[in-house]
Amino acid sequence: MVDNFLLLVQNPNFALDVVLNGLLAGAIFALAAYGMSLVWGVLNIVNIVQGELVVLGGYIAYAALSHGVPAYAALPVSALAMFAIGWGLYYTVIFRVVDKDLFISILATFGLSIVIQQLTNTIFGSDVRSFDTGLGSFYMLDGAVTVAWIKVIAFVLAMVSGGVLWLFLRHARLGQAIRATAQNPRAAHILGINTDRVYAMTYGLNGALCGAAGSLAVMAWTIHPYIGLPYTVRSFMIVVVAGLGNVGGVVVAGLSLGALENVAGFVLGAEYQIAFVFTLMVLILVWRNWRAARRRTYLS
Amino acid sequence: MSHTGNVVMKKLGLLAFAVCVGWAVSASADEAVSIRLGAAVSLSGKYSSNGVYTRNGYDLAVARINERGGVKVGDKTYKLEVVYYDDESTPARGAQLAERLIQQDGVKFLLGPYSSGLTEAMAPVTEKYGVPMVEANGAAVSLFQKGYKYLFAVLTTTDQYLKGAVEVAAARSADPSKLKVAMAFENDPFSQDVRAGVTADAKRFGMKIVIDDKLPPDLNDMSATLTKVKLLKPDLLIVSGHEKGAATAVRQMADQRVNVPMVAMTHCDSARIAETLGKSAEYVLCAAQWAPSLSYSDDLFGSASDYAALYEKTYNETAPYQAAESSAAVQVFADAFTRAGTLDPKAVRDALATTDIQSFYGPVRIDETGKNAGKPTILFQVQDGKYVVVYPEKWAEAKLRAPIPTWDKR
Amino acid sequence: MIDPVLDRLRKTPEWLVLVVLGLVSLAAPFIMPGLVTQLAFLWLMVVFAQTWDVLGGQLGYNSFGNVIFFGIGCYATAVMQRDSGLPYFDALTLGLLLSALLALVAALVFGAALLGIRGHYFAIATLGLGIAAGELAAGWDYIGAGSGMSLPLFPGELGSRELFFYFVMLAIAAVCFLTLRWLYGTRFGLAMNAIRDDEDKAEAMGLHTTAIKTVAWAISAVFLGLAGGVAGNMLGFIDPRDVAFSGATFGVWMVLMAILGGKGTLWGPVIGAIVFHITKELFWTYLLGWQRVALGVLIVLIVLFFPQGIMGWLADRRRARAGGAA
Repeated sequence: MVDNFLLLVQNPNFALDVVLNGLLAGAIFALAAYGMSLVWGVLNIVNIVQGELVVLGGYIAYAALSHGVPAYAALPVSALAMFAIGWGLYYTVIFRVVDKDLFISILATFGLSIVIQQLTNTIFGSDVRSFDTGLGSFYMLDGAVTVAWIKVIAFVLAMVSGGVLWLFLRHARLGQAIRATAQNPRAAHILGINTDRVYAMTYGLNGALCGAAGSLAVMAWTIHPYIGLPYTVRSFMIVVVAGLGNVGGVVVAGLSLGALENVAGFVLGAEYQIAFVFTLMVLILVWRNWRAARRRTYLS
Repeated sequence: MSHTGNVVMKKLGLLAFAVCVGWAVSASADEAVSIRLGAAVSLSGKYSSNGVYTRNGYDLAVARINERGGVKVGDKTYKLEVVYYDDESTPARGAQLAERLIQQDGVKFLLGPYSSGLTEAMAPVTEKYGVPMVEANGAAVSLFQKGYKYLFAVLTTTDQYLKGAVEVAAARSADPSKLKVAMAFENDPFSQDVRAGVTADAKRFGMKIVIDDKLPPDLNDMSATLTKVKLLKPDLLIVSGHEKGAATAVRQMADQRVNVPMVAMTHCDSARIAETLGKSAEYVLCAAQWAPSLSYSDDLFGSASDYAALYEKTYNETAPYQAAESSAAVQVFADAFTRAGTLDPKAVRDALATTDIQSFYGPVRIDETGKNAGKPTILFQVQDGKYVVVYPEKWAEAKLRAPIPTWDKR
Repeated sequence: MIDPVLDRLRKTPEWLVLVVLGLVSLAAPFIMPGLVTQLAFLWLMVVFAQTWDVLGGQLGYNSFGNVIFFGIGCYATAVMQRDSGLPYFDALTLGLLLSALLALVAALVFGAALLGIRGHYFAIATLGLGIAAGELAAGWDYIGAGSGMSLPLFPGELGSRELFFYFVMLAIAAVCFLTLRWLYGTRFGLAMNAIRDDEDKAEAMGLHTTAIKTVAWAISAVFLGLAGGVAGNMLGFIDPRDVAFSGATFGVWMVLMAILGGKGTLWGPVIGAIVFHITKELFWTYLLGWQRVALGVLIVLIVLFFPQGIMGWLADRRRARAGGAA
């Protein structure tokens, strides 16, 4: 462990490689987390099915790609399909959980996640999928830093999708309706906003974000029907750290998570990569609580 | 509210009734005209693709044997039949299902599950009940060191899987003790067992292990490990992590342009790296139990390549060795039934222990620990998009292409 | 049709129900000899649901991490059996004691650290803790790392192993039930409910809320630790992520079972566990290939249409009938 750390310190070029590859992976986490934060903020639902939606989006993109759809079109195809699926999920299940306790939503979406996992396995088969776009990699610093172009593109697209959504929420009529509903659903309803439709749109948008994240994941990494949970848990963690409705926070938290994970994997060994992330999350929560408790003491 | 409640309560009542009936029925199911083999395979969860290969392999052999009239036991002929459950790739489920097969379904013979971990979970159960289990997908050495009397495998154990790769690397070097080895193994019983084998082999040649990472099963990004590989420049990189590990490693080595003179893996043929990842997969060495090009044959399936053709025709995909070994397990059972001349589990067990047959999958000679001591493992290399046997020499279809050229020359 | 039966049940004194249930449980493995292990798992599920409900139902703290104590129990007993060199039953007994002790200590430590966290963040923190524990166990070579641990073979005759573990598990479930039944009747039980209803008020009244929560968690941890030690032996093999610290199966099931039966009641979790376990086993038998879909759909249906659980529904029904009669 210490040798690994020294190795990293003595070879800053390679350290850059570790951090960079982690950051790029973090962009996908951020994208998925952004959707989760949206749903959480607007519908007050913790969407445990998030990771499965990402994986499903990846399989849809893969199916499109293997039927001759060009790589640049696969993402929109998958995002559109996932928007429709999200919309459909809202009107079958999610609408029933909107006004319920948050805990109920966790369990209901967990149930959904099992169903979608299994259906993905049944429909698309259980093979590991990865689509090579053939774009190659760029390298610098004597080959110490090598990054696949597709990862860079994934990064840019993730950031752009996030940005577009941010603009949409800020300026578009529907976006404003979404924000109004998030702030006060009853008032929004009285003012003539069809909150049900807003919720459906929001959940659909979340689906689209997951579709985008999934299609980037299948082009830059690998996917498998049962690999959804890590995406869910990471999104969860990013939202918890960033706070609700904080786009910038989600991006920063997502990217840092990716980088930290990779550095931890390098220094501690891959077996402790995930353990590190979750221990960190628990510590952050304990620390937040401790800080909040201190503030409470000051007040009283 | 009260109406829905009423309906629910009625359903609960129905459910309770169904429980009683269901359990009673399954408990009383017994004597059938055919021989029932039980199998819990992974149809969902992390091993689901291999679970499907396993089931396909079993089904193919059962169908073939039944087409040929069945299995002769004494003066009677029986058809074979398999009772399946889904163990969901978790050992907790596997152990319970083994018991259920034996106790409730009255199965007297078990076919193995997929993976060493699940075999590990089921073996104590079959041992306890004296039910012979022939397994084709649990290759961990530790399984055969516990003194199990009812566990038989058509496999060569994991310590043999990548031995060839280490030996080839050593043979190509003037001084093997100068070689550096990097290892990245999934953190599950199978891969860790392969790791133990590789570690022992590397030690034998005095090689230095510079990286020893355990990959979490749900990790689809191993770039941290690969950066370490770039930095420490090993002469041999060995990866084992089922299909996910193989696909991820091949994909990311190309992306990160990781140059290693020799790369060896497990599960790359079933991960279909050559088909789906194209050029990135070239030169990779793959450990396998079996290949269609080997010159083994038997009466049931014909030659190894006949089997591969039949498999492809039936399931519309190339035959992975996981399916071949599973078919062989059924053949071993059939052979033991005939030789025992009875369906008494004890007698069948004794017959299994003295198994020594030739099959399309290769010789199966069960040794005193229950594993197959008669068959070597082989190494494929991906050459021009095909899996070509390169080791051992005796079976080699082509010469090994080594060392792997660096990425800027590929 | 069902109401007379329910009325009848309601009028039956509780001791009679307990005695009848006890007799049935003792006789069950002999009536259904093919199902002993599934029945033993039924009691494991009952322990799961009951212990989850201590925090989740009585205190209003939803934990996704209770499976940690189960996992600690699995490993503590297994290590004792592997390393102590004692005869089977001595090692098992000592191992179970160690399991209970370690689970207790873990609950006190984690409780002190986490139980100040309120509401949903507590649920999230415990979820993280559960996953981290599994991953750490999978990295630790002393306990077999990712390869897991195999347990020693049971020395008795054929079939005696199942019976033995059935009765041990039944004993744990029964003692757990009686302990909780007693606990909920004490002042401590009232204090727990006070925290659930309004933690700030409870604190203002002078209750040491964090201490109460921690003690409550420790009580469930002890039973989970014991259950873990036994369950590991029943299964014969411990995998860090899929058996011991299996958050996505055991960890979630315990929550579901408690909700299905009715949170915050004594009998709810017991009933919920029984109904859930039997339903699940039926799915596995009769819906091969679709059992997970069925399970997922069932989960969704439970939480959407049945969030009050069976006990809650019974109470509603009684209220409705009383209102109708008046």
